Amino acid sequence: MRFGDTGGVRLHVVTGKGGTGKTTVAAALAMALATEGKRVLVAEVEGRQGISGVFDVPRLSGDDEVQVATGPGGGRVMGLSVDPKAALLEYLQMFYKLGMAGGMLERFGVIDFATTVAPGLRDVLLIGKVYEAVRRRPSRRGTRSDQLYDAVVLDAPPTGRVAQFLGVNHAMAGLAKVGPIKNQADAITALLQSSQTAVHLVTLLEEMPVQETVEAVAELRALSLPLGAIVINQEVTPPVSDETLALLAADDFDDNPLAEDLAAVGLRVGPRMLNGLTQTGIDLTHRLALQDRERETLDGLGLPTYHLPMIPGGMDAGGLLELTAALTEQVATV
Amino acid sequence: MTQPPALDIDTLLRDASVRTIVCCGSGGVGKTTTAAAIAIRAAEQGRTVAVLTIDPAKRLAQALGLEHLDNEPAPVEAIDGSRGGSLDAMMLDMKRTFDELVLRHSAPEKAQQILENPFYQAVSSSFAGTQEYMAMERLGQLHAEQVDGSARWDLIVVDTPPSRSALDFLDAPKRLGSFLDGKFIRLLMSPAKAGGRAYLRVMSVGVTTMTAVMSKVLGGQLLRDAQTFVAALDSMFGGFRERADQTYALLSDAATAFVVVATPERDALREASFFAGRLAEERMPLAGLVVNRVERTRIPSLREGRADAAAEEAEGLPPRKDTEWQPSDTAALLRLHAEHATQAVRQEAAIGRFTAAHPTIPQVLVAAAAEDVNDVEQLRDIGRQLAG
Repeated sequence: MRFGDTGGVRLHVVTGKGGTGKTTVAAALAMALATEGKRVLVAEVEGRQGISGVFDVPRLSGDDEVQVATGPGGGRVMGLSVDPKAALLEYLQMFYKLGMAGGMLERFGVIDFATTVAPGLRDVLLIGKVYEAVRRRPSRRGTRSDQLYDAVVLDAPPTGRVAQFLGVNHAMAGLAKVGPIKNQADAITALLQSSQTAVHLVTLLEEMPVQETVEAVAELRALSLPLGAIVINQEVTPPVSDETLALLAADDFDDNPLAEDLAAVGLRVGPRMLNGLTQTGIDLTHRLALQDRERETLDGLGLPTYHLPMIPGGMDAGGLLELTAALTEQVATV
Repeated sequence: MTQPPALDIDTLLRDASVRTIVCCGSGGVGKTTTAAAIAIRAAEQGRTVAVLTIDPAKRLAQALGLEHLDNEPAPVEAIDGSRGGSLDAMMLDMKRTFDELVLRHSAPEKAQQILENPFYQAVSSSFAGTQEYMAMERLGQLHAEQVDGSARWDLIVVDTPPSRSALDFLDAPKRLGSFLDGKFIRLLMSPAKAGGRAYLRVMSVGVTTMTAVMSKVLGGQLLRDAQTFVAALDSMFGGFRERADQTYALLSDAATAFVVVATPERDALREASFFAGRLAEERMPLAGLVVNRVERTRIPSLREGRADAAAEEAEGLPPRKDTEWQPSDTAALLRLHAEHATQAVRQEAAIGRFTAAHPTIPQVLVAAAAEDVNDVEQLRDIGRQLAG
């Protein structure tokens, strides 16, 4: 499975444990896919305004699809924050021509009920909107040409909730056995399980995010959802080589040459300085060993893996472009 | 930069009137670990403690010496009880808590009817607000448990659900309560209840249209299931909202202290800042901010700029012939230190922004550990750091 739309994937679902940077990765992926002439939609479903934050644009509201960036390849990236209420009203309007009744439903609190409390329904509506965006075709009446997409990137809920979210059909199965909601859930599931979809998992090389990734992979596989790639985010390349670390770790390590160098560059050399520097190196050795262990666990999943560098100082426009370039480069070499 | 007051967890733990400590914050900031560290410290100071975790890593249960955690409190043997304290640990089982609630509050056959209702099954296991609601419910139950006429625990430490935002914990129960108690639900159950006769006459056209639309959209069976579920719950609880209000009141009580947890990053601290503001608005007692995973360099006196300059100079030193260690190795170590120092400065700035917005909220910093928590000793170490 590849990232690129050349593999026939039209819906890229991006998930990851909270704090792993899945929204940033979703944004970078949308940018990378927006090569010349291509149109890519990046959608969020939790109302977090994460997309407008990453692209540094005004808040996305209602069901408006607005341009948030121009891809480095010249394509367009559009953003959407799916609002379940707007999605429900649109859905009702589209299929039932409700007219005034829509307002009445709102007044009675039905819309609130359906989008907040009714289990599973909210998720059907949220993915339903994304489904609709993926399935748009120029031939359909009322479709605006600027809202046709070559690919859609979904910034999905975190790993802990993603199987439940994508398993809409499963969630609804016990509830609606027949009827329009059931049909909608079935159609969504068919798309999600097809080769047009790929679910990517973002992780850090830390124990908990990796553990959650492993669990999510098992759950997603059980739901027959096609898995895409593992994205290791915020990877740090240390300035110290393995050879240097090996010298430090040796039993007979002698810190005299180190002291000599430090003195030669004008630093005041004391035990605190010497021990501090060697210990910093030894800490790094430990950390790298732990990361290797996590990397092995991820390798065991048998999925393609991509690496994104740590952007020092937090994300900004330059950082996003750097991640985009890293993705583009790695995908091209697959 | 102004110095915020220091949060000393021991002051909080010594105050016997504090009976609940709630650890909250956005996902992935180490809430559960903080809760466990506070609970252990309290127990080892002689308090009778229960810790209610929501979604702990398997590793944490093992660190506490338990094979796994479940809905019933299990004693943690690994702690030092020499000062008369004890610790019980448990994990919230949302569905079981809800089931037990149903069983306790309704006649056996009615309970069975509710438990089998598909709508109930979905709400009790998947609705996003149920977890928060049940966490509060369980907290209330734990406080009510008695041994020999007095409370079984004198301190309960709670971790909050891994929600997208820390505020969900405060909002979800109310939301669930108000919907289950709202206009629409009453309508679903019996249109006549929605208002007097005059009201009904005016609205009846709307009601009919609405019911028709609902059944068209949802399907008649789903609508009937929902009606049955709501009717059953309503007779059982006599008002969800009231109940949600009660748990909310428990949280604004002076016997409760909130501890907001964050990491030294912009987003997590922004979330912490929102939460602190919200707690103040609701007059809920905030004990302070815990910042986890704070980078500390081993040589605080060597600034990043100086270290980088020294590294550059070291790279220019002539290679050494008699040893394996070369000036380039020295330069690499200096660069590594400079990276840590830069990171520390950045984190300090992020924390500084929180301090500027909330100068009176006490803070305590917990150093980043090389490894995830594996045993009680590591949790004790975090506890020591929390005490400043």
